[in-house]
Amino acid sequence: MSDTLSKIEKRTAYILLLPAVFLVFSIILFPIFANVWISFKEVGLKDIRIPEPRAKKIVKSIKDSSDEIKIIYKLRNSSLILDIRDVKFQDKTPKNVEPLNLDERCQFKSNIINCNFGNWKAKYKENFQIILKNKKGEKINKKEIKSIKPKLSGKSDNILLNTNFTLKNFKKVFFQNEFFDLLMTTFYYTFFGTIGSIVFGILAAQLVNQKFFGRTFMRSILLFPYVGPVVALAYTWELLLDPYSGTLNNLLLNFQVIQEPLNLLGQKYLTINFFGFDLKLRLALTTVIIFEIWRYFPLAFLFILARLQAIPKELYEAADVDGAGPVQKFVSITLPQITAVISILFMIRFIWNFNKFEDIFLLTGGASGTRTLPINVYEQGFTISDIGMGSAVSIVIVALLLIFMFVYFRLLGKRADEN
Amino acid sequence: MKIRSLILYSFISSIFLFSVISIWKILSTLQGIDLKNFNFAIILSLGIGISLINLVIGDKLNSYIKSIVFASFFTLIDGFIIQNMPVWYNIGVFGIIIFHSFKIDKYNQKNLELEHSSQSVLFEFLTLFGIVLFSFVILFPFYMMIVTSFKTQAALLINPLDFSINFAQDIKELFKSYFVIFDTYKFGRYILISTFVSVGTVIITLIFAIPAAYAVARLNFFGKNFLSTSILIIYMFPAIVLVIPLYTVFSQLGLRNNVGGLLIVYTATTLPVAIYMLQGYFKSIPKELEEAAIMDKLNWFGIIIKIILPLSIPAISSVALYVFMIAWNEFLFSLMFLDNPNSFTLSRAIQYLSGDAETPRQYLMAGSVVVTIPVLFIFVYFEKYLVSGLTAGSVKG
Repeated sequence: MSDTLSKIEKRTAYILLLPAVFLVFSIILFPIFANVWISFKEVGLKDIRIPEPRAKKIVKSIKDSSDEIKIIYKLRNSSLILDIRDVKFQDKTPKNVEPLNLDERCQFKSNIINCNFGNWKAKYKENFQIILKNKKGEKINKKEIKSIKPKLSGKSDNILLNTNFTLKNFKKVFFQNEFFDLLMTTFYYTFFGTIGSIVFGILAAQLVNQKFFGRTFMRSILLFPYVGPVVALAYTWELLLDPYSGTLNNLLLNFQVIQEPLNLLGQKYLTINFFGFDLKLRLALTTVIIFEIWRYFPLAFLFILARLQAIPKELYEAADVDGAGPVQKFVSITLPQITAVISILFMIRFIWNFNKFEDIFLLTGGASGTRTLPINVYEQGFTISDIGMGSAVSIVIVALLLIFMFVYFRLLGKRADEN
Repeated sequence: MKIRSLILYSFISSIFLFSVISIWKILSTLQGIDLKNFNFAIILSLGIGISLINLVIGDKLNSYIKSIVFASFFTLIDGFIIQNMPVWYNIGVFGIIIFHSFKIDKYNQKNLELEHSSQSVLFEFLTLFGIVLFSFVILFPFYMMIVTSFKTQAALLINPLDFSINFAQDIKELFKSYFVIFDTYKFGRYILISTFVSVGTVIITLIFAIPAAYAVARLNFFGKNFLSTSILIIYMFPAIVLVIPLYTVFSQLGLRNNVGGLLIVYTATTLPVAIYMLQGYFKSIPKELEEAAIMDKLNWFGIIIKIILPLSIPAISSVALYVFMIAWNEFLFSLMFLDNPNSFTLSRAIQYLSGDAETPRQYLMAGSVVVTIPVLFIFVYFEKYLVSGLTAGSVKG
């Protein structure tokens, strides 16, 4: 009895899960595996369009004979690279009409013209002509003929489905793509973005955890950069930072903080003289990291605030009795209580910053030394139109992510063991 | 009185005063006032003076009278040194000093002698400083977004720092950018598409997620642990690695430039977090209710509809709002899948606008305001639900 019950339970569970699992599998897991497949192929953006046989129908009247009409079909293969096999053509004609001198590839039967065009090479073009004559000698309605669209079909190879594999993409990724530079930029961006957002998150949480007028309002405001649409925020920043018309540069110039406008998003290096040493700062990358911190510190803030509010008040009261000052209280009570949250935050944000695409794409488009791995996926795939390369870079990202996750769960497991 | 506390108190409070006044100066500059200098030395010495006088006076004067005296004194000198300032600027300075005097009012010769007094002073003013600075840094871009949308290119060329809005002008002139983006760039259509996609994503996600979350929370089946871990792992995978295969497959299936394709992708990417959030809540519903329902011969469909749903309205609404926000703000997939202006979402439309270097920036900012306002409005209005959703889902972004 209980056995059948548990069977029913199992079956119900699978039924309930099936739609969600199917959708997630086909949209998230399938593409990850498909990446592996594509990354071993030489595929360009133009190759992925399936070649189609196309026909443009032009209707012309013939002089002096209103019962005859000429139709020209401009036939072509839409693909510049691939052939189409076994092209079939079908078009309907009005009643009481028959074709004159019909092409031998075609047949006419019960108001339908059927043709067998055979194989079309890539870039194939032909002007195919038919003359129709009304059997009763009446005028043929041009509009009626125009309104009927011919149907074409054909078979072709799908470049994605054949089994020609190559290692070219991976060779290019590692040896011709300034791979080390890419990796370092991604790492800088991820690491400093993560650290910065956590530091500012702690500061903000510490602020809001105190009582002051307008505290709930302050909490809402602090989350604004995080909930706002990235497109709007990135363009606003771009406008603020513009070297000529941007508000920030104009303000700095106006208050004589700087003498020359700074191209914060378009300049790769800024040389700073520091006690006689010339330091090279990666300016655009720094700006992008600051945007990243500005946008994502609210998440750290939210997590840390939740944790801070859960710290028992008695701890602080006891510290007051012992005569501890604010700094001491922060170091010996608050900090140990939030280390767990911070370490989780660090790993989550590290992984997500590592994958960040939109922010850099909208601010700099990957120019002036801000090209990270995700930006490179887009560039390879859609700017250079090399789908295979884009996939290969994606695979590198996935591999690095899996390593991060492995480390993450390892550490998490260790932590769980310790407690 | 400790010398260290005294120095720290007067110095830190003056620095705070200086920074607040500087922010006021920046905002005034953006209203077209010609200010060239922060006057660091003058304001700092005035601030130190005020804080020292405050200590000398102590409780001998009523704090209201004291603050008014300070404010008039400061405004007089400040307005005298920096001449030709409009009245409203001086009123602002006056207000800042009043606020500042109330803040330093509680310090007197006695409590500066207490243990840790220097630390307390430091913390107090750092907090104030932090609140002012954080608010400024966060709100400033939003402020600029709004004011830029009301200006014209020509006006900004004459004085790039003058963002004052002339309310006297005709309403049609004032909202010109908005009229243009709705008339010429069809933003009305994009709002409809964005709304349709976001609401559609919410509905489909909930339809898929609720049964799945119920199964994960309540039923025993083979592979349950595996499934819960994979939800989290899948959640970590970024959109950028999905883009190329989805692009190729969607092009071949004719799902590009199609709102339906976008709906499928958005639903799939938000499903893991929706399931994760919902199952956590379902687990907190007492099991006895369902056991009673099983006695009444209700099947699982009945249980979900009649028991689980009514009890989890708060969780479901927070998931719904959260998914709505993700779908509304989403950019990468709309960039990849839409290139026909007839099927753009708002985000994609703004990006398309910016692609043309000729587009005046006030149009771009008007578009940005249009896409930002609904999200911020929803966020402020439903903050309670959303914050719990944000922490529970630990949100991707």
